Amino acid sequence: MSRWARLSVHALGLLPLLLMIVAATNNQLGPDPGEYLMHFTGEWAARLLILTLCISPLRQLTSSANVLRLRRPLGLYTFFYACIHLLFFLHFYLGWLPSDLWEELVERPFITVGFSAWLVMLTLAITSNTSMQRRLRQNWRRLHRGIYGVAILVSLHILWQARSDIGEALLYSLLFAGLLLWRFARYRKKQAAGSNSQ
Amino acid sequence: MAKLDLPPIPSSEITSESVWLRRREFIGAAAAGVALATTPGYGLAATGSALKYRPASTASGSGFTTAETLTPFEDVTRYNNFYEFGTDKGDPAEYAHEMSIDPWTLRVDGEVEKPGTLNLEDIRSGFDLEERIYRLRCVEAWSMVVPWVGYSLADLLSRFQPTSRAKYVKFYTLQNKKQMRGQRSFTSIIDWPYVEGLRMDEAMHPLTLMAVGLYGKVLPNQNGAPIRLVVPWKYGFKSIKSIVRIELTEHRPRTSWEKIAANEYGFYANVNPRVDHPRWSQKRERRLPSSLFSPNRIATQMFNGYQKQVAHLYSGMDLRKDF
Repeated sequence: MSRWARLSVHALGLLPLLLMIVAATNNQLGPDPGEYLMHFTGEWAARLLILTLCISPLRQLTSSANVLRLRRPLGLYTFFYACIHLLFFLHFYLGWLPSDLWEELVERPFITVGFSAWLVMLTLAITSNTSMQRRLRQNWRRLHRGIYGVAILVSLHILWQARSDIGEALLYSLLFAGLLLWRFARYRKKQAAGSNSQ
Repeated sequence: MAKLDLPPIPSSEITSESVWLRRREFIGAAAAGVALATTPGYGLAATGSALKYRPASTASGSGFTTAETLTPFEDVTRYNNFYEFGTDKGDPAEYAHEMSIDPWTLRVDGEVEKPGTLNLEDIRSGFDLEERIYRLRCVEAWSMVVPWVGYSLADLLSRFQPTSRAKYVKFYTLQNKKQMRGQRSFTSIIDWPYVEGLRMDEAMHPLTLMAVGLYGKVLPNQNGAPIRLVVPWKYGFKSIKSIVRIELTEHRPRTSWEKIAANEYGFYANVNPRVDHPRWSQKRERRLPSSLFSPNRIATQMFNGYQKQVAHLYSGMDLRKDF
């Protein structure tokens, strides 16, 4: 089971990339490929982040530790699409002008939060391998709780750019909120159990 | 019960089998017509929907035409912001056929001596049509060059004789939940119907166009059929589509986007590279079609390049405050 699960995670993680390559080679990106690709990569990064955050609850529900092995690839695919999203932003929206990048980072809150989310993800990606996990020990777990911060920053990033129809932004934010609330509730329960036993 | 008396179908109306069997070729030929229409020196349009119009006046300084490369017909008609049909750029092309434009009534009322209505026939052939090739700059920082067919709003308004109290013009888009799926979206924060407005002198400016066609043909629904406004020196959202009512008013109307976010979308909404949208820069634009390896980013011009024609309308105004 776990082998198939891991294979399907890789299939899912590579699917958006494949779709983009097919669309680009068939001239199906439309008249404004920048807008299309920004939306596409951003959306997939958000979806994969949601899946990554689903792993812990799934482990509790199935009480199987096997699903935990899906978390790292899902997280890394999330980071992969976040990187492409950022690259496309620099290419299509800024034309690789450093002065424009600085202005956008300073003056546009939704870009500031988006970029911050990417920086946190970068840290998590660099420290994601097993040797870093061993080296950092207890700190590794603490550091990787940063993913909750990423979820909050990404929600803000999406909500802040909604214009006239907030449906999509609301859906993603509610999913993130649900996944974070589940953890918070569990944390409270654990604490209560801990103080009872003393 | 009276017997329904159907007239016999004349043989001239019946498609011969040989033609029917070759129907795909005709569709192909129509597509070729579209392709032809996108090349310079076009004028051929799909059968039945062609308009008769004067070519764009090249009088220097009028701004009525430009030598810039036209955005292809396919892109102009498949990449649209028309939130009545959804917020994705492809939604209007996919769903605008659900709107019926025949019959259509455009009411002109308010501060006019002779309030009245125009029907579809009046809208399309009640005025002298001419071509105008304009730049269209969207507030989202992309732009196109579109050959419109239409007439000056001034021509239309003068027929209804505005009174001296008419200081502003208020436009309304069709409201019809059954035909416009975007209006059924319960997460949309637009207060339908979509409303836009112009100051009287802006409305009477010769560049201000009521378009009924593009690329020599009647407007496709997704581009705002049967009649839309085109104000080339303002951001695209001012150029309201599928208009059912024009009301002349004494007081400045509150537009749909002002109601959503007045700090982001001003009443004037003149294209201005020096005043950024709070969430993105307006200094540059992507001229469509853009492509993967050449995004085609160009500098945005003051008043979208129509400064010579319209700057005087705003003399003495602080365009940072009245954006």
